[in-house]
Amino acid sequence: MTATVEAARTVSENVVRPVRFHQVGKAFGTGRKAVVALDGVDLEVRAGEFVCLLGASGCGKSTLLNLVAGLDAPTSGRIELSSSRPAVVFQEAALMPWLTAAGNIELPLRMAGVPKAERRAKAAELLDLVRLSGLGDKRPHELSGGMRQRVALARALASTTDNTGSGAGKPSLLLMDEPFSALDAITRDVLQGELLRIWEATGTAILFVTHDVREAVRLGQRVVLLSSRPGRVVREWDVQGLAGADEAGAIDEINAELRKVISSHAAA
Amino acid sequence: MPQLDVKEGSVEAGLDALDTPITTTEGSLARRIAARALPPIGAVALLVAVWQVLWAAAFWPEFKLPAPADVWAQIWTLVTTGQIIELFWVSVHRAVIGFAISLVIAIPLGLAIANIRVVRRGIGPLVSGLQSLPSVAWVPAAILWFGLTDGAIYWVVLLGAVPSIANGLVSGLDQVPPILPRVGKALGAGRLNGIRYILLPAALPGFLGGLKQGWAFSWRSLMAAELIATSPDLGKGLGQFLHDGMSLSDISMVFAGILLIFVVGVGIELLVFRPLENSVLKARGLTSAVR
Repeated sequence: MTATVEAARTVSENVVRPVRFHQVGKAFGTGRKAVVALDGVDLEVRAGEFVCLLGASGCGKSTLLNLVAGLDAPTSGRIELSSSRPAVVFQEAALMPWLTAAGNIELPLRMAGVPKAERRAKAAELLDLVRLSGLGDKRPHELSGGMRQRVALARALASTTDNTGSGAGKPSLLLMDEPFSALDAITRDVLQGELLRIWEATGTAILFVTHDVREAVRLGQRVVLLSSRPGRVVREWDVQGLAGADEAGAIDEINAELRKVISSHAAA
Repeated sequence: MPQLDVKEGSVEAGLDALDTPITTTEGSLARRIAARALPPIGAVALLVAVWQVLWAAAFWPEFKLPAPADVWAQIWTLVTTGQIIELFWVSVHRAVIGFAISLVIAIPLGLAIANIRVVRRGIGPLVSGLQSLPSVAWVPAAILWFGLTDGAIYWVVLLGAVPSIANGLVSGLDQVPPILPRVGKALGAGRLNGIRYILLPAALPGFLGGLKQGWAFSWRSLMAAELIATSPDLGKGLGQFLHDGMSLSDISMVFAGILLIFVVGVGIELLVFRPLENSVLKARGLTSAVR
């Protein structure tokens, strides 16, 4: 009996989880006016896994991502982070307008004290990964929206691959907060394909926040639906490798569930 | 499916080509220079013509409105005797030193006001108030404290320039989009790195505006101080030259003094601040503001 418990524990410890939520709650403000954004969220992302976090507006998706990124602290519960520093891509590219594309990608490396030659090489490699090689000298205002978002992705990846010791050997984690929602439909479609290619090339775990069911099903291996105010995990779907009718079915099912969550607010 | 992959790549390349903003250049270099230089030259020519006509019509007596030619003769004498070099040197080196000291004081002051709440609440209104107080009001106090020395003049210049530069830095920092420091934090910037790599460069356009204003204020304050605090020990700057013109009741000398002060003020703005501002704005794609 003891032996099996021991065995089970070692197995669960062998599975690396870049991030794990334990009953995480987050409230803004105090007392009666406090707004509860997240309540008792249990969630985990396995190494190399692509998880889509789905929910209507105000469900605390972005709050949840900010907690993982360390931009905010939870009011209750605990987040166990065993990845190297998470890379974050926001809805806006938010590139530094005074730096070139390559300069933006080098910025996190510069702040980490990586020597110049190494920075150059890394930036060139990442520009290549997002298919922007040769455009490193361009300023953000000379790039299109989709190109800017790809530079932002490369910059985020640069911030996670700091080889200054602490991050070495740990799984990487990429956090994306509705990164394509400000783009036009065809650019979004192309960038979704790009992201899948980059995910396969880098093997990083991705936690991707979106309000678009179709996007969640296309990209994710797992889709997690959050309720709104307070945000709780409602349901999860395994959507890996779905295609054709199965994919359409999953989209319909998740859509129906999302509508149910939203309409429950009308009654309240 | 592999065929689709190829297509994806070319679709992406096509999108990139179509979406990339087009940058246009306006004509040849000579044409651009002409387009910029001709309007101000025309305006000055018109002004001088009106002046000449008013003088010829003798609306005002000669001791009130000098002939343009007389004023020019005054300036030409200064040039040929080499006196103009002394005038410029005395005033401009004071203004530059005063401006440099102002920078050293104003930058830490601005950073403290922008970043520390108590400091902002305590000193912020004071600095804004000082900015609207004409620094010439400090001349009497400065003369009583420092006597007729360079110290008195620098004191007045500092009180003119420091509030403008500090306020410019504060408003530059306040206008930084909040997403940028957040991105910086997500990229691993600590407090110092965040200021050095994100906040200061992001605040640069607003700060440059403050610098420009600070220069204008320090030049004005200097002229006011030189005009009032005149003494043989202080050397002869443009303000003293203007004061001498008044003492001698020589209106053409007074006009020449005003003109020279104007030329230095505009010259520094055009030669130093305008190119600096243009290159910063251009690098950030804020070209509609480029003049």
